Amino acid sequence: MAKAEPAPVDRGALPWLLAAALATAAPHAGHLPVWLSLLAGALLLWRVWLWRQNASLPPRWLLALLTLAGVAAIGWQYRTLFGRDAGVALLFLFMAAKPMEMRTRRDALVLVMLGYFLLLTHFFYAQSIPVGAWLLATATLLSAVLIRLYGGAQTPRSIGSLAAKISLQALPLSLLLFLLFPRVAGPLWGLPQDAHAGVSGLSERMAPGSISSLIQSGAIAMRVRFAGAIPPQSDLYWRGPVFDDYDGQTWRALPAPAGRASAAPTVAIAADARSVSYASTLEAHNQRWLLALDLPTTLPAGAELSGRLAAIAREPVRSRGLYNFSSTLDFVANRDEAPEVLQQALQLPEGFNPRARALAAGWRGEAPGQIINRALSFFGEQSFAYTLQPPLLGRDAVDDFLFAARRGFCEHYAGAFVFLMRAAGVPARVVAGYQGGEENPVDGYLVVRQSDAHAWAEVWLAGRGWQRVDPTAAVAPARVEQGVASALPAGEELPLAMRFDAEWMRALRYRWEAVNNSWNQWVLGYTPERQRDTLARLGLGKADWRTLTLALGAAAGIALTALTLAGFRRGRPLDPAEHEWQRFCRQLRRRGLIRADWEGPLAFAARVADERPELAALTTAAAGHYAVLRYGHGNADNLVGLRQCVRDAAHAPARLFAETSI
Amino acid sequence: MPTQAPAPLRKESPLAEILDATNRVILGKDGEIRMALACLLARGHLLIEDLPGVGKTTLAHTLAAVLGMRFSRIQFTSDMLPADIIGISIFERERSSFRFIPGPIFAHVVLADEINRATPKTQSALLEAMEEHQVTSEGETRPMPDPFFVIATQNPSHHIGAYPLPESQLDRFMMRIALGYPDHAAERALLEGGGRRESAASVSACLAPGMLAQLQSQAAAVHVAPALLDYVQALLAATRDEPRFVHGLSPRAALALLAAARAWAFIDGRAMVLPEDVQTVLPAIARHRLRLAQTGSGAGSDDIAELVQRTPLS
Repeated sequence: MAKAEPAPVDRGALPWLLAAALATAAPHAGHLPVWLSLLAGALLLWRVWLWRQNASLPPRWLLALLTLAGVAAIGWQYRTLFGRDAGVALLFLFMAAKPMEMRTRRDALVLVMLGYFLLLTHFFYAQSIPVGAWLLATATLLSAVLIRLYGGAQTPRSIGSLAAKISLQALPLSLLLFLLFPRVAGPLWGLPQDAHAGVSGLSERMAPGSISSLIQSGAIAMRVRFAGAIPPQSDLYWRGPVFDDYDGQTWRALPAPAGRASAAPTVAIAADARSVSYASTLEAHNQRWLLALDLPTTLPAGAELSGRLAAIAREPVRSRGLYNFSSTLDFVANRDEAPEVLQQALQLPEGFNPRARALAAGWRGEAPGQIINRALSFFGEQSFAYTLQPPLLGRDAVDDFLFAARRGFCEHYAGAFVFLMRAAGVPARVVAGYQGGEENPVDGYLVVRQSDAHAWAEVWLAGRGWQRVDPTAAVAPARVEQGVASALPAGEELPLAMRFDAEWMRALRYRWEAVNNSWNQWVLGYTPERQRDTLARLGLGKADWRTLTLALGAAAGIALTALTLAGFRRGRPLDPAEHEWQRFCRQLRRRGLIRADWEGPLAFAARVADERPELAALTTAAAGHYAVLRYGHGNADNLVGLRQCVRDAAHAPARLFAETSI
Repeated sequence: MPTQAPAPLRKESPLAEILDATNRVILGKDGEIRMALACLLARGHLLIEDLPGVGKTTLAHTLAAVLGMRFSRIQFTSDMLPADIIGISIFERERSSFRFIPGPIFAHVVLADEINRATPKTQSALLEAMEEHQVTSEGETRPMPDPFFVIATQNPSHHIGAYPLPESQLDRFMMRIALGYPDHAAERALLEGGGRRESAASVSACLAPGMLAQLQSQAAAVHVAPALLDYVQALLAATRDEPRFVHGLSPRAALALLAAARAWAFIDGRAMVLPEDVQTVLPAIARHRLRLAQTGSGAGSDDIAELVQRTPLS
C-alpha cells in the first residue's frame, strides 16, 4: 500500500486543542515561575492570533530555538531538569509550545497525550476535591478533542454530550479499579522527593514569632475522631517537639540522646485515670512527631514513645496518614528521670536576662510547687496581656518581656516561665504542639488547625514526675478553654482564618471540611490495609496484591476478548450520521415501515412517501440530510437537521395518527 | 417542519431537455433512455440486446440527433470485412499516392447494428476502435473523433446465423440494456402516431458543439464518498464470492460501475453518488459480464437483484 499523506488537522479543531492545552496547563501557573506562565500565555495567544488570521505557522527553526531557550531557562531556574518542579515546568512549556506545530493529526494526538500526562502531574501538588473535579472535567475535554479530531465537524453541544457520556461510562470502571486495583505500599506510589517542600507545621526550634506566624494559618493540622466523647478543651494538649535547649534566643529540641535516656519512659497511671481512644488523621508535616494527646498509652505500629514522652514515628510524616492512639489524661511520667535529662532541664545560657535571673534567684530554696505558684502569680498580678502582635524584644528577650512589654502569646509565656523555673532551680522545659481543637458538628471530627498551635511548659517535680504547667492559662484562661479567638483582647484583629463570624459561613465551612474529611478518609486514605478490609468485606478474603493483580488481569483479559468479539460482530463503529439515521429508521420501524438493510436513503424515502404519505416530508428530509452527510459533503447543520428529524419522528405518532384518522 | 432536503432535480438542465426530446420519439422507455444517456455521459459504449423491431436503431439515431453529433450506421453482416468499417486506402493515379477513405466508424455516434451477425474478425476491428479510441490501418494510426460513442445492437444469440460476442469483448461495453416491448399505452400511442423513424430525423439538436464533453467531465466530477466506495467494494466482493457466477466483476467493470453511477447521479441533478445510483445502474453494468455457472448464459435481473439484497449498506 502506498504511504498515505498524513491527515492534516482541520481548522475547526484548533479551538478545541487550544482549550485542552489551556485547561491542562493553567492550574500549574500557580506554582511555576511567573516568566514561564507569561511565556506560555504569550505562546497560546500568538497561536490564537495565527488561527484568527489564518496565517501560516512559524518556521521550525524558530520553534526549536524558542523551546531550547525555554528548556535552558528552566534548567537555570531550578538548577536541574529532573524532579517534580523542573519536570512539570518542562511539560508545561511543551504544552504551550506544541500548538505551534499543529500540522498533522499526529501532532494533535501528541498534544492530547501530553495533556493526559500533564493532568496527572497536578496530583503532585494537590489531591483535593476541586483538583479532582477539575481533572475530571479536563479529561472529558480531552475526550471531546479526540471526538472532534476523528469525528469531524459537529456542534460543540453534540461533541460535549458524547464526551460527557464517555466519561460517565468510564466512571463505574474507574470506581472498580479504585477499589480493586492492587495497591502496593512503597516507592512506586510515592511522590518525587521535592514534593514535600513548603509544608507548614511546627518546627524543631522555637524562635520569637515562629508560632505566631503559624497561628495565622487556618490550615488543618489533623482531624481526630474520638471513640467516645471529646474530652474538655483544657485537656486537649497535643504534644509535638519538646525544647530542652535554650541559647538566649531560640529554643531547640535536642536529638534523642543515645543509651539509657532514650529508653522507654516509665509511666504510672492512676487507677481511676480517664482514658480515651481516638484515630487521628495527620496532615503531612515532614517531621517525625505524631502529635498524640498527652499521654499516649497505645501507639500505632511503627511509632514509639520517646524519652520526652512524645509519640515519634520512624519516618517523617510525608503524607497524610491515619494513626490510632489511646491516651490517658491522668498520669505520672518519669518519676525517676535520668540525671542528664534533669541537668539539661536546668541549663541556661550565661549572660542573658539578668533581671529575670535575679527575680528567680529570690525564689530559690522554696518548695518547687511554691516557686511555680509564684511565677504564675507573677504573670497574673502584673498586667500581662495576651496578644498576637507583641512588640519586638531586644537581646534580653525574657527581661524585656517580663518587665517591660508584658504583652505576648504562648511562646513568650512558656519561654519566660521555663526560664524562670530553670533560674530558680526547678527542672523545666518547653513543649510545643497544639492545644484544643474544634468539633465539626457535621461529622463529629475534632479539627485541629495550625492556628491551634501552642507552647506550654513542663516542670519536673520529685515524686510526681513531669507536670504540665501552662502559663498562658494564668494570663488568658480563655485561650486554653475556648481557643485563641476568645483569648484575644477586643479590638485586636483576628488572623484571617479565625474571622468566621457569620453563622452561615461557619456552617458552610463545617460542611466543606466534613466533605473534605470524607474525601481524605475514603479516597486519599484508601491504603493497602483499607483495601484489604474492603476486599474482606466483599468476601474476597485475604487477597494480597499479587492475587489481586492476577484476578484483575484475568478479568480485564476476558472483558477485552468479549469486547473484541462483540466488535468483530458489529463491524466498524458507526459514524454519527449513520447512528442518527438508524435511530430514525427504528422510529419508522415502530410504525411498520421497515427499511431493508440494502435500501438506500432516497429509495426508502420514496417508498415511505408511497406507502405513508403523512410521513413523506419527514422521511424525505431525514433521508436528504443523511445522504448528504454520508455520501456528500455534509456539515454540522445537516446533522442537527437529522437529529431534529429523529426527534420529530419520535414525537410524531400522536399527531400523525390524528391526521390520518381525520 | 424540518428543513427542506437538498438535491432537487434541476429542470432547466440540458439533460432534461435531451431526455424530453428523446422521450417524444421513443415512447414509454424513459428508464432505458436515461440509462443510455448515462452510458454516454460516462464515456462508455452501449450494447442493446433485444428482438428486432423494438426501436434499438431509433434510440441510437435519436440520441445522436439530440446531441447534435455526427451519426453513422453500420449494418453488420456475415460477409463483412474490417475494411468495410475502418475504411480503405485508394491509389489515386493523379497524385500517385494512396488516399485513405475513412469508413463509417469515423463518426461521433456509431450504430453497429446486429453486431453478432459479423464474423469475429470484423467484430474485433470495431471493438479495438472502441477500446483504443483509434484505428490503425496500413501502418497509420488515426484517432477517432471525440466524443466517440458506439451503440451496438445484437439479437439474442440463439437466433440463427449469429456469432455471439466473446466475454472479453462484451467487457468493452460499459452497459448492456434491453428495450423490451413497449407497454400498452405506449404501443397504442405508437400505433396511432404511425411510424416514428421520421421523427428521429426531424429532432433538432439540444446541445451546442463541445457541450457534451463539458457534461461528461461534470459527470465524472460527481462526489463519491468513502462510504459509497465501501458499498461498491462490498458489491464487487459479493459478485466474486457468489458460487452461482463463473467469475466476479473485473476492476474495469468496477470502474464502469462507478462512472455510470456518477453519470446517473448527475442526470438526477445530485452532487454525490448514492447507493441507489449504484443499484440502478448495476444490472446494466453487470448482467453481460456475469455468467451463470449452471447454464453458461448471462445473469438475469433477478440474480442481480438478489445480489443487491444480500449486500447491506453499512
